[in-house]
Amino acid sequence: MSLTGLFLITFLTLHLAINLLTLVDKDLFNEASHFMATNIGIQAMQYVLALGFIMHIGLGIVLTLQNKKARPEKYAFNKPSANSQLSSRSMIYTGLLVLVFLVLHLKDYFVELKFGDMNGFNNDYDLVVALFGMWQYTVIYVLAFIALGIHLNHGFQSAFQSLGANHSRYTPTIKKLSAIYCVVVAVGFSAIAIVHFVNS
Amino acid sequence: MNLTLKIYRQDGPNSKGRMETYPVTDISEHMSFLEMLDVLNEQLVNDGKEPVAFDHDCREGICGMCSLYINGEAHGPDRGVTTCQLHMRKFKDGDTIHIEPWRAAAFPIIKDLVVDRSAMDRIMNAGGFVSVNTSGNTQDANAIPIPKVDADKAFDAATCIGCGACVATCKNSSAMLFVGAKVSQLALLPQGQVERTDRVLNMVAQMDEEGFGNCTNTGACEVECPKGISLENIARLNSEFLIASLKAEKK
Ligand code: HEM
Ligand code: SF4
Ligand code: FES
Repeated sequence: MSLTGLFLITFLTLHLAINLLTLVDKDLFNEASHFMATNIGIQAMQYVLALGFIMHIGLGIVLTLQNKKARPEKYAFNKPSANSQLSSRSMIYTGLLVLVFLVLHLKDYFVELKFGDMNGFNNDYDLVVALFGMWQYTVIYVLAFIALGIHLNHGFQSAFQSLGANHSRYTPTIKKLSAIYCVVVAVGFSAIAIVHFVNS
Repeated sequence: MNLTLKIYRQDGPNSKGRMETYPVTDISEHMSFLEMLDVLNEQLVNDGKEPVAFDHDCREGICGMCSLYINGEAHGPDRGVTTCQLHMRKFKDGDTIHIEPWRAAAFPIIKDLVVDRSAMDRIMNAGGFVSVNTSGNTQDANAIPIPKVDADKAFDAATCIGCGACVATCKNSSAMLFVGAKVSQLALLPQGQVERTDRVLNMVAQMDEEGFGNCTNTGACEVECPKGISLENIARLNSEFLIASLKAEKK
């Protein structure tokens, strides 16, 4: 769980960095996008990434089912808010929301770019920007990014604890980084969608 | 003060449970929660009814026998105390108090609020010990130097009283805080080195066999633990387990 999660985090960081280029310069983004699509190393990593997602999702579902089985009878009166964060208790839900988004996202971009006719556009940038012209799209994307942010609010720092790394000097920094990172991801991706929507 | 108690009742291991409502009156705020239940039981006995079964022994927070899920929290709303140390002054006149047993597949209910926590004993039997020479020539404890930091951490871990509140409060019914404390206590000390690798592997295997859930780091256990056992012990259990898994010889 933790290893696949951290792997997805590195992927996500790179993805965000490249997408932010759409806000900087059209040609720069097209160039980066072209590089990602043609570089053999990156293409090979695509399969590893797919495997990473499948393992993370599979493990997440098995983990959740096992944990549900460990408490067959629920409490009639329970007060989890007294001792834990909502984000840590809703990982499967935020994860599944991200998964639903992922299917949509892959259909619109990955399939179009790789196998489709690019919706008639001749470069990646125009394809990206055109989709955000629809408000429904922008809303779905922003909601998904918020879910992802909540997932990472718990996930980032949790991965270190799962690997056995908890130290009085480093853990407070990891927790701070986690809190900053999840906001950067949610706000960063959302900003891209919103800016393109406003400009369209 | 006067209170309304909503208590889970179950006649035996295989019977169906139900919530029952009992009023209690003239409860002193200086009473402990268990003394309040004693008042209720006296009342029930006088009325010719079956008293509520609940676990208790030392009544001073050291044995780990008392339990109870009170108003949605293990050992009630106070922090750093067991149910026997919970004072009635934490409640207000007219309050309704919900009382339920620990809930976990690994803790079957015996009767009313009493659950069977022997799964934790079996985890201890699987590795929570050190083998020492008991011939009578016991070595002086101070003969082996131990870094102060390690001694302190081992001591903190050793304060776990095995009450099971961590399991009860965890949304996954995970026993990782308990096992983390027990593994840490011995892994940090020189006396625990001999069985270090086998210990963590065997205790974790037993923990899984008993049907406890997996830790997802929600941190609820640390908050509800009456002894303030730290999540650092779960991280140590994770790293001990990882290293032991890599190190263990082929069987
Ligand atoms: C870019 C996407 C994603 C990233 C970066 C990510 C990241 C993470 C990280 C870092 C963890 C913590 C691991 C640990 O503590 O050991 C985690 C846990 C988890 N993830 Fe994801 N995840 C993503 C997508 C998903 C998806 C699509 C699902 C769908 C089921 C999912 C379900 C879960 C579950 C169930 C957990 C563990 C639950 C828990 O700790 O309570 N994740 N994720
Ligand atoms: S870790 Fe804390 S809550 Fe868990 S059994 Fe030990 S004392 Fe009780
Ligand atoms: S009765 Fe011993 S700890 Fe509460």
